[in-house]
Formats: sequence, structure tokens, C-alpha cells
Amino acid sequence: MIVENSDVILSVKNLNATVEGTPILKDLNLEIKAGEIHAIMGPNGSGKSTFSKILAGHPDYEVTSGEVIYKGQNLLELEADERATAGVFLAFQYPIEIPGVSNLDFLRVAYNSHRKAQDLEELDTFDFEDLVEEKLDIVKMRAEFLTRSVNEGFSGGEKKRNEILQMALLEPTLAILDETDSGLDIDALKTVAGGVNQLAQPDNCTLMITHYQRLLDYIIPDFVHIMYDGRILTTGGKDLALKLEEQGYDWAIAEFAAVGV
Amino acid sequence: MSLETITKNNVTSLAELVKLRQPVVSDGAILNPIRDRHQARLDELALPTTRDEAWRFTDLSQLTQVEFTAAPSPEVELQQIEINLLREAPESRLVFVNGVYRDRLSNRQGLPEGLYAGNLGDLPPEQKAKLENYLAKQPGQEDVFTALNNASFQDVAVIWLRRGTVLETPLQLLFVSVPGEQAMLTQSRCLVVAEANSHLTLVEEHLSTVEGCPDAQAVAYLNNAVSEIWLEDNADVTHVRLQRDNGSAFHIGKTAVTQARDSRYACHTLNLGSQLSRHNLDVYQTGPGTETTLNGLTLIGKVQTSDSHSTVIYDHPNSTVNQLHKCIVGDKGHAVFDGRVVVMKKAQLTNANQLNRNLLLSPKARVNTKPQLEIVADNVKCSHGATVSQLEADEVFYLQSRGLDKTTSQNLLVDAFAAEILQEIPVKSLQTAIAQCVACRTISY
Repeated sequence: MIVENSDVILSVKNLNATVEGTPILKDLNLEIKAGEIHAIMGPNGSGKSTFSKILAGHPDYEVTSGEVIYKGQNLLELEADERATAGVFLAFQYPIEIPGVSNLDFLRVAYNSHRKAQDLEELDTFDFEDLVEEKLDIVKMRAEFLTRSVNEGFSGGEKKRNEILQMALLEPTLAILDETDSGLDIDALKTVAGGVNQLAQPDNCTLMITHYQRLLDYIIPDFVHIMYDGRILTTGGKDLALKLEEQGYDWAIAEFAAVGV
Repeated sequence: MSLETITKNNVTSLAELVKLRQPVVSDGAILNPIRDRHQARLDELALPTTRDEAWRFTDLSQLTQVEFTAAPSPEVELQQIEINLLREAPESRLVFVNGVYRDRLSNRQGLPEGLYAGNLGDLPPEQKAKLENYLAKQPGQEDVFTALNNASFQDVAVIWLRRGTVLETPLQLLFVSVPGEQAMLTQSRCLVVAEANSHLTLVEEHLSTVEGCPDAQAVAYLNNAVSEIWLEDNADVTHVRLQRDNGSAFHIGKTAVTQARDSRYACHTLNLGSQLSRHNLDVYQTGPGTETTLNGLTLIGKVQTSDSHSTVIYDHPNSTVNQLHKCIVGDKGHAVFDGRVVVMKKAQLTNANQLNRNLLLSPKARVNTKPQLEIVADNVKCSHGATVSQLEADEVFYLQSRGLDKTTSQNLLVDAFAAEILQEIPVKSLQTAIAQCVACRTISY
């Protein structure tokens, strides 16, 4: 939702980044305020996923210029874990499997790392189990998921629901969903979207990275950005996504990329 | 010290090593003939070098730099080894110091009727009479270090379960090495006879009361250990073999196992200690329907070398072997895995799985792996493989993105890699103790 006079959560200005010397982001600009839901759409290779990883602090990417201000502080100075405990959350396109670590233990360690960063007492196993069981309902997960190893043998839908469960526990201020709709059937998509909608509040914000308009039927964005060749070509409302769905990216590239050159 | 004395005192041949043997303390009538027979053989054998296929990746030349002396008989108090005592086995414990049984440190109150556990000397005559069928009778007695043990052992830990005997608690067998002022050579020896339908969980542990580090100046010792395990029809033996000799030590170990019809043997090998260690695990079969489970974890760092060789020879049908050996190697550590599964013509319907997985934690860490299947039979199901990996940046990033700091993230991944092996260890306190030290042993920041 667009809230008048709400705080700017994320401000990205003229961001340039490379991976192994190859420029990926080129003067990218974006501003997200509290309460808003943004969607970035774009063809393969436009830099969408890279942008989400850079925000979360992946070490493989080098920011060469520009700034990223998150709640008034320079996000680029923080390690990935410091960004996480400051309230930045990335739901992965391909969540990592960790055989040998139970999902419950993993969730508890993650949750307690946030508690610790806020100088709060860590929750013990029992208290944490009570908390996590409340949250399971948000993504309609059964308790048995908790005893399995993290993402090991999970279906695509289960992995994505597990990501949203983590988000529900960690209650981020800035939630970035990287291709959260990929590989989901319609029922799983509805469940995941329902979870995201439930977690969206006036004091936090959501950034969705997606290929398809389909997800946006269930999570209604306030702003849609088209990304191409490492920058935002144009920004519009929900209608922009519908137009993309009908006409593809070519018209947008023809219309806006030419102007930028 | 002149060059001449170095040559004279250092180990250049097995004949010199065997000179360091101490007189037998247990039963000379049984041990001396075996010792003499193998001493004669040693003259024809030489210390292996990297030119020998079985020692290609493990260089023993460090061993030849050390001046070894005979093992002393030091005083050891129970509190010196208290930290190693299993709470699951308070009354089923054998302690050997430098290869010799110490009754005062042992506790045998919890042993059931039908089980003998102690030194060779006190073995009841009825079983002593049968000993010639078992002691030094496993195949492979001609291996260099096995022959050295045969030629030099002073005492033997004997664990003998009569038909149908079941030991509910684990039996802990501690081989404690206590070097004196100078480097020493010690022979650890164990014989297990599990008669038909018996059941045993054995925790064999090699350790030292003296701290050590992989440093040529520190006092070293060579623990040359041999365990022979016989499983008769339908016997069930679970064997945990924990090697945590100190960081200056050389550990050469052999476990030879013979399985009769329908018996089940599981070995959980944990290689943690020693600057240089080698373990040979050989499993033979005398009947069909056997099950063999070989789990292994090598966990090393610094400049440690740890070499795990195994050979499973199946010669009878309807049997299963499952082997999973993992190595976690930090710093400048070097791990070797060489696993051989041989399925002979008669061993139809064998099910064999062998996998070696390695995790290298530093650019200087090294592993040599050689999984091997030799199949003659034509109706079997066998697989084998090896993987070598590092901590993936994407995995660490995933955990960091959930708020875990980098160190915690890396530790968690290393722990997770070890967990698959550790969770199979049937002794809870040991499982917990090893799990707690996995990451801290291998990662230094």
C-alpha cells in the first residue's frame, strides 16, 4: 500500500556493480517507502537477481559506484549477516539444501541471531517451538517439516514455503523475493502469496523480482519497474505488468532503452 | 650429535624396531612362540616407502627421523583419563597403558556371565585352549606392521562372548600411550571372539595422557595397534574405533574382521589424532548372508596426515556392505582414502555401496581418494564413488543472509557434513562429544 509521508526504507542511487569485471548493474536507481510493494520485471540477464543478491550482500559481486541507503544507513558497509539482522531478508530463488541440520535447529539459530543483535534474550528450544508452530499456519506447513534437514528432499513448493516461513519468523523490514513464483503450481503459488500478503504491513516493504505477471495477480504491487541491461527502464503501476504480459518486453526495450542512449 | 650416531639410532629397519620389544607380561607360553615366529619373518620385510602401491600417498620417512626407545611402564591415575571415560560404560571398561593391562584403572563389575574381558593371562583355560584358532590367525598377518605387532606384543586385550551372550552396555577399551623422556614404540593388541548369537558394542579408543603437537622436537610415540575380531554365526558386533593419539604421535592401526554366516558387523571409525596415522580395515567372510557397515570420519588439520585403507572381500552369496567414509581436512592436512570391495564369483546377490566424501577447508588441504570395486560375480548390485568439495560461497551466503555470522555459518556447514557419520554412533555421550569438537578442530580463524 502507498502510505502518504511514510519513511523511505531503501534508496538506491546510481548503483554500478560488476561480477568478475563484467558490469551487471549500470546506474540503477530505486526508492522504496514503508508500506509499499514493488515488483521488478525484466527479461533473462537483465540483472534482476544480481540486484537482489547485491542488496543482501553476496560476496561475489563488487559495487563499483553509487549508494544504497537502508533506513538512513549505508547498507553496502554491512556484512550479509549484519544486513539480515538489520531487517533485510532475501527469499532465495534456489534455497540451499543443508543435509545434517534440522530445519527446526536452523530456524532457531537464525531467529536467535536476530534476538542477539537486538540485545534480546535468546529463546530456548521449547519456547522457540511454540513460536514456530504459530507461524507454520501462515504457509500451511505441517510440523513434520521442522524435523527434516533444511530443504533436503523438499519439493520446489516446499522450499519456497520454507523461505516464507523464515520470513514470517524474522519479520524483516525489507523483504526481497527473488523469483519466488518460479516452479510453483497454482495452489502453492496461492499459499506463498497469501503468506507474503499477510506479512506485508504499513511499517515494512516488499520487493518482488519476477518474470511473470502471474504472481502479481496474487500479490498486488504498488509499483512495477521494468529492468533491462542493468537499469530500470521505466516504472508504472500494476497495469504495466499486464501490458508486459500481453506484449512482451520488446516494446518496452524499443520505447525506453532508445531514449536512454 | 654426529651424523654417525643419527644413523645408528634412527629407525632404518624393522629389525631395529623389534629390538625395542619388552618381555611378555601375560602368557609367555602362548605369546612367545608367536613373537619368535614373526620376528624371524621381519628380517625379510622392510619398512614401506611411497614406492609401495599401498603407501603411495603416505610417506613414512618422518618415522625414520625419530629415535625410538622401548615403552616405559609409567604410573597412571584414573583422573588422568577421566575425561575419556564413557558414562554409558562405568562398569565395563578395560584400560591398557603402553600395551599392558591395568586392572586398577579398569572396571569389570558390570560384565555378564558368558563374557570374558581382560588380559590374556586371566583368560579361562577352556578358552585359552581354543586361542590358537584365533590369535594372529586373521588373514594379512604378513603385513609389515601387523608382523611387528605379532613379534613384539607383551599383552592382549581379550574380549570373548560365549554363545548367546549379550552385553547391554558398551564395552570401553582404552589404549593409553604415555611416553617418557624419549620417543617410544608401543604395541596395542586386541582380540574379540563373538560366538554364535552374541551381541557386543565395543568402543576402542587410542589416546595419550601427554599433550603433543606435530613438531619434530616434541616427544613422539608410535602406537602400532592390531585388533582381530571374529564374528561367528549370527553374531552382532558394533565397533567404534576412536583414534585420538596426540599430535606428535604416529598411529599405525589394523582391524581385521572375519564374519561367519548371517553375522552383522558395523565399524564406526573416527580418525582425529596423530601427526601421521594409518588405519587398515580388512573384512573377510566365511559364510553367506552377512551384513557389513563401515562408517568413517577423518577430521584433521594442521600438518596431519591420515590414511584410511579398507578391503572387504566377499566370497559367499546374499551379503550387504555399506561404506561411507568422510574426510574433513583443514589447514595443511592430508587425507587418504583407499577402499576396496572385492566380490568373488561365489558372492552372487551381493549388495555393495561405497562412497567417500571429502570436504577441504583450506587451499593447502589435500586428499587422495581411490574407491575400488572388483567384481567377478555377475548377479550383484554394486556402486562406488567419491566426491571432493569445499564450503560453497552460496551456502555460506545463504546462512549469513539469515543472520548467522560468517564463522557460525561455516561451522554449521562443517558440523552438518560430519553429522551423517556421527549420528550413527551408538553411544550418545561420544556422539555429542565429537560433534561438539568438529568445527573447532578443523577451522581456525
